[in-house]
Amino acid sequence: MTLKTLNLDANKCTSCLQCEMACSLEHEGIFSPAFSRIKVFEFEHGKRSIPYTCTQCTEAWCMQACPTDAISINHLLGTKVVDENKCVGCKVCTMACPYGTINYNTRSGKVTKCDLCDGEPKCAEACPTGAITYGVATS
Amino acid sequence: MTWAKRILRVNLTELTTTIEPLNMAWANDYLGGRGLGTKYLLEGMDPKADAMSPENPLIFATGPLTGTMCSTSGRFAVVTKGPLTNMVAASNSGGKFGAELKFAGYDLLIVEGRASTPVYLLILDDTVKIMPAEQYWGTSVWHTEEDIKSVHNDPQIKVASIGVAGEQGVKYACIVNDLHRAAGRSGVGAVMGSKNLKAVAVRGTHGVSVENPKEFMAVVKSSHQLLADDAGRKSLTDYGTSAMVDTLNAFGGLPTKNFQEVSFAGTEKINPQAMVTPNENGHTNLVTNKACFGCTIGCGRIAHIDKNHFSIKERSQYWHASGGLEYETIFAFGPMLCIDDIDALTFASFLMNEHGMDPISFGVTLAAAMELYELGLISKDETDGVELRFGNAEALTIMAEKTGLHEGFGKMLGLGSKLMCEHYGRPELSMSVKGQEFAGYDSRSLQGMGLGYATGNRGACHLRHDTFTEDMEDQTGQGKAQPCKDSQDRIAMIDSTGLCLFTSGAWANSVWSEQVSVACGPEWTSEKLLETGERIWNLERLFNVQAGLRKEDDTLPARMLNTPAPAGIAKGKVAQLDIMLPEYYAARGWSTEGKPTTDTLSRLGIDASMLG
Repeated sequence: MTLKTLNLDANKCTSCLQCEMACSLEHEGIFSPAFSRIKVFEFEHGKRSIPYTCTQCTEAWCMQACPTDAISINHLLGTKVVDENKCVGCKVCTMACPYGTINYNTRSGKVTKCDLCDGEPKCAEACPTGAITYGVATS
Repeated sequence: MTWAKRILRVNLTELTTTIEPLNMAWANDYLGGRGLGTKYLLEGMDPKADAMSPENPLIFATGPLTGTMCSTSGRFAVVTKGPLTNMVAASNSGGKFGAELKFAGYDLLIVEGRASTPVYLLILDDTVKIMPAEQYWGTSVWHTEEDIKSVHNDPQIKVASIGVAGEQGVKYACIVNDLHRAAGRSGVGAVMGSKNLKAVAVRGTHGVSVENPKEFMAVVKSSHQLLADDAGRKSLTDYGTSAMVDTLNAFGGLPTKNFQEVSFAGTEKINPQAMVTPNENGHTNLVTNKACFGCTIGCGRIAHIDKNHFSIKERSQYWHASGGLEYETIFAFGPMLCIDDIDALTFASFLMNEHGMDPISFGVTLAAAMELYELGLISKDETDGVELRFGNAEALTIMAEKTGLHEGFGKMLGLGSKLMCEHYGRPELSMSVKGQEFAGYDSRSLQGMGLGYATGNRGACHLRHDTFTEDMEDQTGQGKAQPCKDSQDRIAMIDSTGLCLFTSGAWANSVWSEQVSVACGPEWTSEKLLETGERIWNLERLFNVQAGLRKEDDTLPARMLNTPAPAGIAKGKVAQLDIMLPEYYAARGWSTEGKPTTDTLSRLGIDASMLG
């Protein structure tokens, strides 16, 4: 089975942060980029804007590090998903992740990461330039 | 409702910070941004007070739609009494600062008084600190912004700051946020400097709540689509605002050589095509386009300067990319100064952002200085040895820096064109209204634009009305008053929502109503929105009348009124203000002396006793 992934094309990103708002609305019920699972990083006065989120990596360092087994794999989507009922907010996963894409959430006291919105990623839907798309990776 | 329902009041004399509830009755009458800011300003000061005195509050105002997923939701206004016009100033900016202020939980930030030593404000949600800023005083916007983020170890902090120009009271100093977006006009940066306030740094995590996300997102989706499908939007994405250069040049409305001419031979070297065409060294000006917060247009240009160019050859600190040219900067540094060197224009534009100045007022002031120089009224001794002649690109870059750093002849240029031209005994050479310099549209070929300049509440400004369609069709003063008035009201409303004026062509009034209604309540019909715009316009006028505005101030420079256009579509014509102005006052329901009448104010629910 070929899994779909988020494809992030920095060359098309204008740093409008529609993705961050869509993400925070979906997961937190408010517009607040501070709680977005996807982040846009800017470099050199806006010369480069780079959207960045969890790659759902095969190694799943976060899952391996979690002492409470709060992180599991959704095999249909390939996502690593946090069970908030099991997460105790110890942050070990945030140290284990080499990409910095699982983060402690001050609103919930748990960690949060991209779960591809159960297969309908809102960031891709919101992106006005095609910098974020969801599909089978072509390269 | 998407108001944060809180304001932050900071008194720099008393060193106090207070969180207060938003006055919801005022929000219901004035919406937010420019409108609500003006209401708080008028209630908070005597309009006769000196703009540079501690009595003049400096208000940062977001709108109810700021920080939502509506497109272009990054806007905020800086409202204060401006030192350039000595009237109300409401300067609008984008970038990410405004949304962050909203996320911290504030509709408005009101700064009162004056600190005894330089300070900056640090706002982390509900924690507000007044921090010492001696280390930043005398430094640039770029240094200040980057250092504050670094010191607090948070690249997500958003900063609005002033450069040396603002510290030193340059009359058209602006407040720059996010490195190259600015509350640009009317000298709001000088007011910030007069308060010894170097910067406002903010980080917000409260976010913005909506009552019914599903309904809200349905409206967002349809308004996004309308914008995506709009031809005007596409032009802004592809070319920025500078597509206007060629249009106005062909029309004969591109102000050139301090409005002595109406078209410029060098436009093909500074137009949108020039930005993407490699020069002889293989260097291309434009790097990419960039959006403000929430914006699905992305009109901003990111550019860099050829390293071989005289301006930066020996200065590697400017070899990076930054905010590039937009139409008004091209007009003010290009045709107005007869300079067709795109790298010189870009470098001067960088300097405006780095030191915090309005490029329109600076360029138009420099154009007047060049005319005075060529007339022999300014000598080379005064200009620190610089040949202040039209066409001299080096004069532009040197004077941009001197003005930004408040050095030498830059101090004279920092007064603005009105005071400078009065100083040299030729006030008519200042292309300004109420002290604020013209934007890049000739008011002989664009008559309604001229009426808008003459009646603008912050002086000459292209962003306060839109009669472009009428002006392109007909070059007389007939039938311009009503569309001028109507568009002034509509734009006052748009400026108070928290969204950007550049959506106005794609979104009919009904679309504005849908968006504001889903955010603020079903009572926000198109009618209520436009009436709110009219109320805002009249409140601004009331402020100005109280500040000392006279009918004689609603005028245009002699060059527009008496000197016929030398060429172009309006060849032989002058601005027909004598036809338009009485019609305009009548359309507004004002007296023949240009004062809002008691009836008009009462109809709009404004306390008529404020007329005095």
